[in-house]
Amino acid sequence: MNKPNAAGMTRRQAFEARQRLRSAVIAATSTVVVASAIIWAVPRAPGWEKVQASFFNAEVFARSFPKLLDAFLINIMIFAWCAPAIAILGLLIALARDVRAPALYPLRILGAAYTDIFRGVPVILTVYLIGFGIPGLGLPRPWNSPYIWGSLALILTYAAYVAEIFRSGIDSVHESQRAAARSLGLSERQVMRDVVLPQAIRRVVPSQMNMLIALQKDVSLLSFIGPVEIFRQAGVFKSLLANFTPYVGAALIFLAVTIPATRYADYLMAKQARERS
Amino acid sequence: MAKLELREVIKAFDDKTVCDGIDLDVEVGEMVCLIGASGAGKSTLLRCINLLEPIDDGAIYLDDTDIAEPGFDPLLVRRRVGMVFQSYNLFPHMTAAENVMLAPRRVTGRSRADLKDEAEALFAQFGLVDQMAKYPDQLSGGQQQRVAIVRALAMRPEVMLFDEITSALDPQLVGEVLDALRALKSQGMTMVLATHEMGFAREAADKVCFLKHGRILEEGPAETLFQAPQNAETQAFLARALK
Amino acid sequence: MRFAYSENECQCDQHWLDSAANSSILGLNATHGEFLRMKLLTTAAMALAISATTALAGGHLCYEGKTLTEGKLTVATGNPAYYPWVHNDAPESGEGFEAAVAYAVAEEMGLTSENVVWVRTSFDEAIQPGAKNFDVNMQQYSITEDREKVVDFSAPYYSAPMAVMVAPGVTTEATMASLKELKWGAVGTTTAVPKLMNDIQPSSDPLLYGDTADVTAAMQAGQIDAALFDLPTALFLSAVMVEGASVVGQFPADEAENPDHFGMLMEEGNALKECVDAALASLSASGALGEIEAKWLQDATGVPLIK
Repeated sequence: MNKPNAAGMTRRQAFEARQRLRSAVIAATSTVVVASAIIWAVPRAPGWEKVQASFFNAEVFARSFPKLLDAFLINIMIFAWCAPAIAILGLLIALARDVRAPALYPLRILGAAYTDIFRGVPVILTVYLIGFGIPGLGLPRPWNSPYIWGSLALILTYAAYVAEIFRSGIDSVHESQRAAARSLGLSERQVMRDVVLPQAIRRVVPSQMNMLIALQKDVSLLSFIGPVEIFRQAGVFKSLLANFTPYVGAALIFLAVTIPATRYADYLMAKQARERS
Repeated sequence: MAKLELREVIKAFDDKTVCDGIDLDVEVGEMVCLIGASGAGKSTLLRCINLLEPIDDGAIYLDDTDIAEPGFDPLLVRRRVGMVFQSYNLFPHMTAAENVMLAPRRVTGRSRADLKDEAEALFAQFGLVDQMAKYPDQLSGGQQQRVAIVRALAMRPEVMLFDEITSALDPQLVGEVLDALRALKSQGMTMVLATHEMGFAREAADKVCFLKHGRILEEGPAETLFQAPQNAETQAFLARALK
Repeated sequence: MRFAYSENECQCDQHWLDSAANSSILGLNATHGEFLRMKLLTTAAMALAISATTALAGGHLCYEGKTLTEGKLTVATGNPAYYPWVHNDAPESGEGFEAAVAYAVAEEMGLTSENVVWVRTSFDEAIQPGAKNFDVNMQQYSITEDREKVVDFSAPYYSAPMAVMVAPGVTTEATMASLKELKWGAVGTTTAVPKLMNDIQPSSDPLLYGDTADVTAAMQAGQIDAALFDLPTALFLSAVMVEGASVVGQFPADEAENPDHFGMLMEEGNALKECVDAALASLSASGALGEIEAKWLQDATGVPLIK
């Protein structure tokens, strides 16, 4: 059955090659049809000229884009200090929720309450309440900065999610791993640090990547309490020019960062799925 | 090496009694095999000896110390009593050598470099020197299980517990693991095995105990128990197992 | 006396707008101030020609066939609408400056007050492309050349100088040099932003917010020292919203870029514009607009000019 034909392929290989070619042709054709339908139809919509002038205005784009890039540096800066803080706090909370010593029971309750509360409140509310509320207690400058308290709001919210992901990772490490480690005479703390956590963290890297991508977008919520990051900067241009193109520009900048990051997270997920099977 | 004495050991999960008054003596250098159907309480008994499960009543003497005394530090026990599991349970994120050195490093505070020679000697003893730098998923089941034995031995235990360590292996890999057990026995290790390998039990064990419903129904020298079981349940079990 | 409001005059105004747009493309950009001054002149000239009861043209009312709902004028305000522009967030009462102007304009156009319908929009809804759900939108929209490219504005109904409000305990002189050193805040969607960046040029980056409530929250939290608003808003906020805050100065009214002129925002090419402009022109000429201003906006005298 496996006799190669003239092209050096077995019958099965030749069949599969034909199938692949057929799929590729169909996919390409349908893509072209859909794309041309969009390209043909959208500009013929009655409101297209207004939409184009309002969302895809080249002149406005050129005027606003460089400043949007500048403002995006603020996003990157806020992201850069929030992400590690979230990872550390999230891990601590996950561990607090996992402690088994009875003396630390209050810690477990606190951990549970914390994740319930911060996952239950919209981020923007937390940003407002903490960003304006805590400085309102009378902290002196620079300790009342919206950067500090806004970041804290993001950190607290995201740490709650990240903690849950870490916890799912910890739970996913089979009990037999703990038993094996304990049977060697390791203490609970050593079991967690040397055996459970390294495995748990590896397993949740793809999910945590998705949290990072979400955080990267939610940094913009700080604009509500003052910092002129990209979303606010785009809003200023929008108001002054009465044009939405700056938002499109901001979206492009976000996409330039998040699409590669999303692809990478998907790649990690797929890789992990392959390794497990 | 140490000796082990179990007296009236009782262990229940919720209202299901898994060990129902077990008495067992394991002399220094003796190999005791626990046989019986799955669910008879063999594994639980081993886990109790290692204090992975606290017992409800009774006593477990390790060289005359009652380690089942409530409040007794389980870490001290586990460092003296090694255990190997059915599913190997190697740590997948560490190489074979790191798996073996982890506990000595953490418990004695010695460095990797310091422990390397000792570890290498143990690997050599079980024909595993070439596998030291490999990760568990690069090893065969038999190799993994032997690494697990080496890992337990690295703590220089006085008693070793083996919980059906060949059950998860492909048949052609069982032999190499049983060879490792024979080697250990020849070194005078005190050992308790839960096993389904009747041939091995008959050949190597000093004493065989038949368990059912958390009780030892019959015990005796391997030859006696396999050739002339007294208890009707033992007879029925062996008839099935040896068929 | 009746006045025939001819098509030609209306096109004149339209021509003027076109040429303004063209000149900016050619780089012959009239300054913002000139742009507004010319617009005011046009309006004033029209006012002279129109009397108070001239909403009728050729026997029918100007607005007929031009409003969203026949026989009704739909006016948009903010959500919420702020004092002193609208009192108690209830524009239907006609209380507050913009609410009062809306009713006055409607009446001038020949509509009774029952025929004024209020809706709420955000700024974004006001400028988004496509059909609007209002005839005119009044939310202190400053008339700017850039905005004129996208939407239409009525003639100005109010000219507001920009004013500086400072937080309790902040001492500053009403000079640019001294203002520069403050920590600034403003509403990011207003013309206060270019004013701040171009004229005051603060030494640290200003913080920008979504609306006045957030600016006052930041001021109460001690995060900003000063904020830039139109004068009536600044006076209201300092008197009512932020205890201990004060208005330290206003920018001279004769500055090229200032004061801000508020216009009613309309969909671009809205035919109603000629009627609204005519009504505003006659209200202005009769002094009625001035009376509404005097009644609803706080007395702004005594606020020093910033040098």
